[in-house]
Formats: sequence, structure tokens, C-alpha cells
Amino acid sequence: MVDNAPKLSVRNLSVRYGDKQALNGISLDVFPNEIFGIIGPANSGKTSFLRALNRMEEFDANMTVEGDILFEGQDITAIRNVYALRRKVGVVFPLPVGLPMSIYENVAFAPKLAGIKKKAELDEIVERCLIRAALWDEVKDRLDALGSLLSGGQQQRLTIARALSQNPELLLLDEFSIAVDPVTTMRIEDVLKELKEEITIVLVTNLVQQARRLADRTAFFLESELIETAETEELFSGVVKDQRTRDYVEGRFG
Amino acid sequence: MSLFARTGLDEHNRRVEWLVRTLFLLMTVLLIIPVALIMGILIQRGAPALSWGFLTEVPTNGMTAGGIFTALIGTVWIVAVALLASVPIGVAAAVYLSEYAPDNWLTRAINLAIINLAGVPSIVHALFGLGAFVVFFGFGRSILAASLTLAVMTLPIVIVATRESLQAVPHAFREACWNMGATRWQTIRRVVLPNSISGILTGVILEVSRTAGETAPIMFTGAAAFLPFLPQGVLDQTMAMSLHLYVVSTQVPDVPDALPFGVALVLISMVLVMNATSIAFRIYLRNKRKW
Amino acid sequence: MPADVQGDHLSSSIATELNTRGWDWYVDRIVSIGVFVGGVSAIIFIIGIFVFVTREGLDFALGSLDLKEFFTSINWRPTSERNPTYGILALMTGTASVTGLAMLVAVPFSLGAAIYIAEFASGRTRESLKVLVELLAAIPSVVWGFIGMSIMNPLIIEMFDVPVGLSVLNAGVILGLMAAPIMTTIAEDALKAVPDSYREAAEAMGATRWQVIFKVVLPAAKHGLMAAILLGVGRGFGETMAVLMASGHAINIPTSPFDSVRALTATIAAELGDTARGSDHYGVLFTLGIFLFVITFIINLIADVVVKGVGRQK
Ligand SMILES: Nc1ncnc2c1ncn2[C@@H]1O[C@H](COP(=O)(O)OP(=O)(O)OP(=O)(O)O)[C@@H](O)[C@H]1O
Ligand SMILES: [Mg+2]
Repeated sequence: MVDNAPKLSVRNLSVRYGDKQALNGISLDVFPNEIFGIIGPANSGKTSFLRALNRMEEFDANMTVEGDILFEGQDITAIRNVYALRRKVGVVFPLPVGLPMSIYENVAFAPKLAGIKKKAELDEIVERCLIRAALWDEVKDRLDALGSLLSGGQQQRLTIARALSQNPELLLLDEFSIAVDPVTTMRIEDVLKELKEEITIVLVTNLVQQARRLADRTAFFLESELIETAETEELFSGVVKDQRTRDYVEGRFG
Repeated sequence: MSLFARTGLDEHNRRVEWLVRTLFLLMTVLLIIPVALIMGILIQRGAPALSWGFLTEVPTNGMTAGGIFTALIGTVWIVAVALLASVPIGVAAAVYLSEYAPDNWLTRAINLAIINLAGVPSIVHALFGLGAFVVFFGFGRSILAASLTLAVMTLPIVIVATRESLQAVPHAFREACWNMGATRWQTIRRVVLPNSISGILTGVILEVSRTAGETAPIMFTGAAAFLPFLPQGVLDQTMAMSLHLYVVSTQVPDVPDALPFGVALVLISMVLVMNATSIAFRIYLRNKRKW
Repeated sequence: MPADVQGDHLSSSIATELNTRGWDWYVDRIVSIGVFVGGVSAIIFIIGIFVFVTREGLDFALGSLDLKEFFTSINWRPTSERNPTYGILALMTGTASVTGLAMLVAVPFSLGAAIYIAEFASGRTRESLKVLVELLAAIPSVVWGFIGMSIMNPLIIEMFDVPVGLSVLNAGVILGLMAAPIMTTIAEDALKAVPDSYREAAEAMGATRWQVIFKVVLPAAKHGLMAAILLGVGRGFGETMAVLMASGHAINIPTSPFDSVRALTATIAAELGDTARGSDHYGVLFTLGIFLFVITFIINLIADVVVKGVGRQK
């Protein structure tokens, strides 16, 4: 699996918020069709990493990014159309955001941006994405209800459905199951395993066991640094070089 | 405190508290009572003048008789043309300030300019309208010149109201859209504007009421004391309600007592009804939860 | 689609995609330029006001204007055939006396009302009072002027047994009633901006409600309240129609509230219609306009700085 050219290649990436260093000189590769896990204690810079991948520093005057991020070999800071990049990258952040429009429109939003106009085609996308996000059964009879008034967990899955509706090549998930019950989480996890046949996924998670279940390789972040990257099974079977990683996965700190 | 027996000090404090509260209530009431009384008098003395004919007939006998039709229609013209100019500019400015503007000196200068536009005396706006629109741009004394003067003057109302309602849309919605690859404009058009349009409308209604009541800025730019006919286009002069009230109450001899009161009553009703609509609209919106 | 993205061939097609700007990119650009123009127009207009008012007044201001006479003479005789004089001292005292009296009326009442609405009233009462105050602020100035002439005027004549009721008193009270609602609104905002934690901390120390208001809330809101007063002054100073109609419009250095006076703004409104463009009279009225513009600009600037002072304090 890892013998391809990397989908995503990060070199010497640093992220700062004002004077606060959130990420310090990270380098790693993510390969096509893998689930790449990122674990680490609170404030270690995991979310900042994902934000940098989608060039979200443009939304936050306080945030500065240095280093290289190559998406399919293309330096994303040098591209001329950042919107095209963001359309290829789906993101799900821990705070769910249902947009104040119908559930249907929430999911049809990105396809419409991509120029899809046919009702039948949109219907198909909406249904497929809502099914994959494990939300379809709950909302199929009220697709015109406001997305912003769903429950927290439903909004979380709506956000996942929206990210999928972009038909992304790279899916960035940040603690996606934080507001979702365990059974539904399992269903979504199964979908992710299927999805990786088609796309590449970066999964930030606080649940070490979730990384173990899903990730092919996993990186451990600690205090703005990347401690190490390893095959997930090695990480959990103790074949890792760094004592801090071992302590973390075995729950001995943080 | 209630656990302890009430002491003398407690009793004293309660009295002072009551006294202070009553004093402030009194001040509030004293602010409102005179105005209420004045309104009562306006209605009492203006009512005899009011009739359907008062609204639909033109002034006659050197404005000592007849109705206010020409002034009423003139005000509608002036307000409409002013809105056509100020709403697009004002909304654009607000969209810029709320959605695009970086935090730099230019943005601060724009904000300062808005504060000053709102603070410049209306008579200075009048001088500006005369010097710029009537003389320099050569529109002459016309609805166009008067309306543009008012548009500049009331621009801050539209900008401030629009900016507020744009900013009431949570930032998280914007980020969600941007993250899906929507441009700023696509985000504004599909998420921000649809959810703030009613707030913008509230501001526009407020602007209408302000525009309808202004006198000084139109006196020398396009409103005439008396015209026997309706304007045919934006380059014509016109009568206006506010100026008509000034004229019949100060410039015309032998006006029957009820006439100016009637004009004042109609003008104030127009303005208050629009304001009340705007306020009611706002309260309705606040109670209609969309997130 | 994504399933078959593999190999160099397609990567280069991704590179093309990420570097191709679609119509939406250009639309966003055009809109951003359009709204930028809208934003900058505010600056253009304020400069335009200064430029055009100056343009009409400049010839006079640089030519015939005698600055010393302008500010120190009480004689405003612009229409005199033989010896026109342009002294605005009387007009300034007219404006100052009316604005001063208006503030005497408006400051205590608007601050009192603001304190009541912000600190004592709650729920329905609070909402209704706010709506009422907002409606009061909406009454057009020409209506206020009319009220001064037709209701206040006879009232003053009867109550005080004076020959004329169009005076400093009349205009001051009218102007006070006009400015009070706006000042109330701004002052109330300033009081509401004081964090509740201040109040809670003081109450926890056993302070009573009025002690909290006087010792904690008012000092904390000091800058905002000052800005409210300043804006009220600006409003009174710049008011035209109401003062024109209620003050009696007579050139006078007032010695009692029952004297008629004439205000700067009202003078322009009353005389501009009768002047020919290019005449000295026309020029001096625009010079007055420049003067008014500069003064209000300064008042607004001070108010802005004062409010910013609050921001820094927090
Ligand atoms: N928008 C922001 N502005 C300022 N500082 C920020 C911002 N976002 C994150 N930080 C800071 O950057 C550091 C890294 O934060 P980040 O959110 O990347 O951590 P994380 O690993 O995702 O943590 P968690 O597990 O709690 O989500 C933290 O110290 C945080 O306080
Ligand atoms: Mg995080």
C-alpha cells in the first residue's frame, strides 16, 4: 500500500497563533487509500495540522503557517485557486455546524458549487451521503427541516455527510465521533473502512482505540512536535522507539 | 441576608433603594409624558383637518385650503429615489466591512467616516447637496439632487443596520462554507444574506422614515414651497411633506389653525408607523429561531 | 472519480485543476472590488462634503472674510447695502445658549432614564421603554419645531407672562426633548456593556443595589456616558429646523432664557434661499458651513476617542 507516491507530503510544517507555537517543524507523508491516524493529548497541535492542510489560515488573521504542504506533489501555498483545493478536501471538525438551510440543501451545497444542477443527480448524492453518515433513516422524511436545528449528534453526522458530498480525494476528520453514540460511531467507522478504497483519510482522534481499529499508520503528536509515525499495529504492540508514545497509548499520561 | 433578623440598617437600605428606584422611574416617565401630551394635542387639534380629501386634494388658495396630495406624492418620490441610491451603496459598504475588510487603517478610516456622515449637521449636508449635486453636477434643483443629498446623509443608517444583521450570522457558518470550497461571495449569497435580509429590511424601513422627515437638506436642493402639479421625472422639483409643514406654519399668512396641525399629524404618523413596523419586524425576527 | 486518481498522468491534471481559476473565482474578485468601492464611498462622501462646501465658500473665506470681525463682532448684517458685516458672535452665543439649556434638560433625564432601563427595569417593561424611547427619537425635527411654535410658544407666554414665547427656553426644551432619546439609548448601551461580574462582585461584598450603581456601574461606564453626552451636544449643536422655528430667530446676545436668539445652523437655513451664487452673502453662509463641519468633526473625533478609551480599559 505504501509503495505509491504520497498523496500528501508535509515538510517542516510550523503553525503559530500570534506568538503561540501550535505546531513545530512537522514532516510526514500520507499515502493514497490509507487511513492515517493522528493521536496526542490536548493542545498538541492535531487540529492545527488539519487546519493548515485546508489553508484555513486565510480565515484567521492570527494564524501563520510555514513549511511545505504538497498535495499530489503540488505545493498548496503556491496554487492559484484555493477553492479548488478545498473542494477536493473534505473536513469535519469537532464542533458540528448544521447550516441554516434545509438538510437537503446542506448536503447539496457542495455539489451545487461543483456545478451539478440536475435534480436527480443531486437527490442521489444527498441520499448516498446521508446513508453513509448514518443519518438517512432519521431525516429521510423531513429533508426540508433546518439543518441548524438538528440535535448536536445529528448535526455532527450532517457535517460528515456534507464533507462526503464534496466527493473529496482527501478526508480530514477531527474527533468526528465526539457527539455520536457508540453504535452509530461503529456504523460510520465501517463506512470509513469502505471509503478508503476510494479516498485517503486523515483521522485525528482522542480515542486511542479508534485509531487502532481504523488507522493503517498512526502519528503521535506531543506538545507541538511530531514524536513519531509508525504502522498502527507496531505502535500498539510496543514496537516503538519512543517511551512517550508507549506511555500515551497505554494510557499512562495525558 | 434573609437568614438574619431584619436590622435597622437593612430597613434603611430598603428605603433608600426604593427611593432611588422611584426617582429614576420618575425621570424616565418625565421624559415620556411631555411627548405623550404633545402627541395628544397634535391629534386633538389636527384631527378636524383630516379627511380623505385632505390626502387626495392639492393645496389651494395660497396653501390656506385644500389638501396635501402634491406634498405627499413628492415625499414618496424623494424617498424612493434616495433609497435607489443609498441602499445598494450602503449594503455594499456593510458587506465590505463585515465580510471582506481586513483590520487596517483604511477600515478604521471608513468607520470614522461613517460616524462623521451621521454626525454632520443636516444643514451642512444641505450645503453639500447644493454645491455638489445642484451646482457642480448640474442636476439643478431637482428630486435627483434632493434625493442624493438625503441618500448621503442617511447612508450610515443602512450601513450600520446591515452590518449588524450580517454580523448576527454566526461565524461558524461561514467557515463551514469556506471549508467546502465556497468563495466568500458564494458564502455571502447562499448563507449570510438569506439569513440577514430581514434585518437589512428593518434598517431600510428606518431609513425611509428618517428620509421622509428631513427638511433642511431638501430645502435648497429640490423641494419647493409650492407647486400646483406633480413631478414628471427626477429632474423636476417637487413639494414635500416636511417642507410643507415648515411653509404653512411659518411662511403663509392666514392659515386656518387646524391645517398645519393636520400636516404635522400626517407627517408624524407616516414616520412613526414606519418606525413601529421596523421595530415590530425586529422583535418578530428575534423570536424566530433559525439556529 | 477519485477512485481512479493514480499515477503521474492524473496528478498533473490535479495540478492544472488547482491552478485554474473558474468563473466563481472571478465573480468573487469582482464582488470584492465592488463592495470595497461601497465601503470607500463613505470616505469619499465625507471628503466630498468638505470639498464642495469649501469650494463654494472658499472665494469668500480667502477674499472678503475678516476673521477677527467674523468671530468677535455681534453684528450679522449680510444684506446691508452699504456696509455688510459678518460677525457670528451673536449666532454662536445663540447656538451655545440653546444647546446648553438643552443639555441641562437632557443630561439628567436621559442618564436617569438610561439607569432605570438598564439597571432596574426588566422583561416587558424594559422592552416597552426601549421601544418608546426609540419612537421618540424618530420624530422629525420640523415637527419638533412646529411643536415649539404652536404648543410651547403660547404655553410659555401664559406661564411666565412674557411677550414672546419663542426663545432660548423654548428652543432649549424642544432640543432637550429631541436629544434625550438618543442620549438615553447610547447611555443605556454603555451601562449594559459593564460586565455583570462587576455587579455580582460588589453585591457579594454586601453592597446594596444603589451602591452598586453609583460606586461600580457608573464609574465603569464613565467613558460611554461621556460619549453619549458628547453626541447629544453634537446633535443639539447641529440641529436646524427645530431651532430655527422655536428660538425666535432674532440676533441677540441672550441675557435671560426668555430672550429670542438666532443659531448658526438656522441662519444658513433661513438665508440661503435668498442669496445669489457667488455673492458674499452666499459665500459667508458656506463659510459658516465649513465652520460647523469642522466643529462637529472634532466633537465626533473626541467622542470616538473617548469610546475607544473604554475599549482599552476592559
Ligand atoms: N484559533 C486559535 N487561536 C489561538 N490559539 C489557538 C487557536 N487554535 C488553537 N490554538 C492553540 O494552539 C495550540 C494547539 O491547538 P490545537 O487545537 O491544534 O490542539 P489539539 O491537539 O487539536 O487539541 P485538542 O485535542 O484539545 O483538540 C493550543 O495551545 C491552542 O490553545
Ligand atoms: Mg483539536
